Amino acid sequence: MATKRETPLLDELMTGPWPSFVKEIKLSADDGKDAASDLLGVLEKSYNERIGHWKHGGIVGVMGYGGGVIGRYNDLPEEFPAVAHFHTIRVNQPSGWFYTADVLRKICDIWDKHGSGITNMHGSTGDMVLLGCNTDALEPVFAELTEIGFDLGGSGSDMRTPSCCCGEARCEWACYDTMAACHDITMHFQDELHRPAFPYKWKFKFSGCSNDCVASIARSDCSVIGTWSDDIQVDDAAIKEYADGKQVDIAQDVVRLCPTGCISFDGSKLAIDNADCVRCMHCINVMPKALAPGKERGATILIGAKAPIIGGALLASVMVPFLPMEAPYDDLKELAEAIWDLWGEHGKNRERVGEFIQRIGLGNFLEQIGLEPTPEMVAHPRTNPYIFFELGEEDGEE
Amino acid sequence: MSANVDDVAGDMFDMVKEYHGKKNLKALDLSKAMIIKYGAEECDKKLCKLAIRQLIDSGKCTYSYVGGSYIVLPPDS
Repeated sequence: MATKRETPLLDELMTGPWPSFVKEIKLSADDGKDAASDLLGVLEKSYNERIGHWKHGGIVGVMGYGGGVIGRYNDLPEEFPAVAHFHTIRVNQPSGWFYTADVLRKICDIWDKHGSGITNMHGSTGDMVLLGCNTDALEPVFAELTEIGFDLGGSGSDMRTPSCCCGEARCEWACYDTMAACHDITMHFQDELHRPAFPYKWKFKFSGCSNDCVASIARSDCSVIGTWSDDIQVDDAAIKEYADGKQVDIAQDVVRLCPTGCISFDGSKLAIDNADCVRCMHCINVMPKALAPGKERGATILIGAKAPIIGGALLASVMVPFLPMEAPYDDLKELAEAIWDLWGEHGKNRERVGEFIQRIGLGNFLEQIGLEPTPEMVAHPRTNPYIFFELGEEDGEE
Repeated sequence: MSANVDDVAGDMFDMVKEYHGKKNLKALDLSKAMIIKYGAEECDKKLCKLAIRQLIDSGKCTYSYVGGSYIVLPPDS
């Protein structure tokens, strides 16, 4: 029977209208899980003392892998012995997070047997997160997970577990098969996923359109966002239905809110200047029956986002405006490898690729990885009025 | 000087031993050192990757995380 602990501060977190992790951990403690009870104890203590009692890192993992396990230790092992070791295991999620109920039961059974039974579905990288086990439990958990077809995800200075939106499986706006691309990249870069060899973490995220349901532009070093290169498909009859049915105030909710002002509406017909369209998806989101992405579909590749907890968030910048996304995705793989080579050679320890680009300059970065500059790469107007020309450039020399 | 996986893995292991307790080495540090030692024509990044894999799979070295991922000697060695 797990120790019953008084947790007045944590109990406050159960009083709001939102679901509370405290309630779930308490249910687990009531089921006799010592780790859950000690977890509540150490957290309540931290809230009282305003001091964290966790250390993380160290030498902990499964044989052959450098990622997938995040070592966590409690600095009060005598007071909270059931969470003296409380390692986190990241499990590579299926593309699009599709599971059968049967496989979820099996994963939970493994975790109930060897770990705390507490899970986080899913972590911000996308993995299934199994929270809290002893060092001795790591190999058995890994063995049983692989038996049912699962593998560990990434952690540390490696390629983190790629993730994607549900794409064509459930979404008519997906401009490429995100799940196939995510799976292919995951399988192709297994070495990079399991054996950390980068200056710091690298994340791939695949979104089927610029609604960006996996927030790739904000969270991933390599963001692959579906787009189209031809014109938005317009169904004039459906536009008229929207207008006649007063379902949408087209002038107010679509035309006025177009970020580039490329749409006009005369009361019955919508006109789009596709050359000025930035594929933001707003008009399509508002009138899904009348508008759809174009037929020539692919993806925009953006590089350099990061969303750290403390500060220094960066949005990704366009590197390749349009790339057809067909298996085996060789262009994407070659681009990633070219960036890894350069970043690996010259990146500082714990320097994300976005920071690396800021440090060496976009021009140098592009030159080194062999990409031609394009207008889409311009993030904002330059603030420095001086322009440096290479010697001889004015004479037309190389 | 020609290089094979065993030689490179052996040299990497010696390097990890030499720096043990003094400096944590990343996979990249080991690879760069081997490329300098053997020359890029004899020892490329692919060979270094294989050597690191051999080092880790044999249990002679292991990964650690101290604000970044490093290759170190196992705790019981």
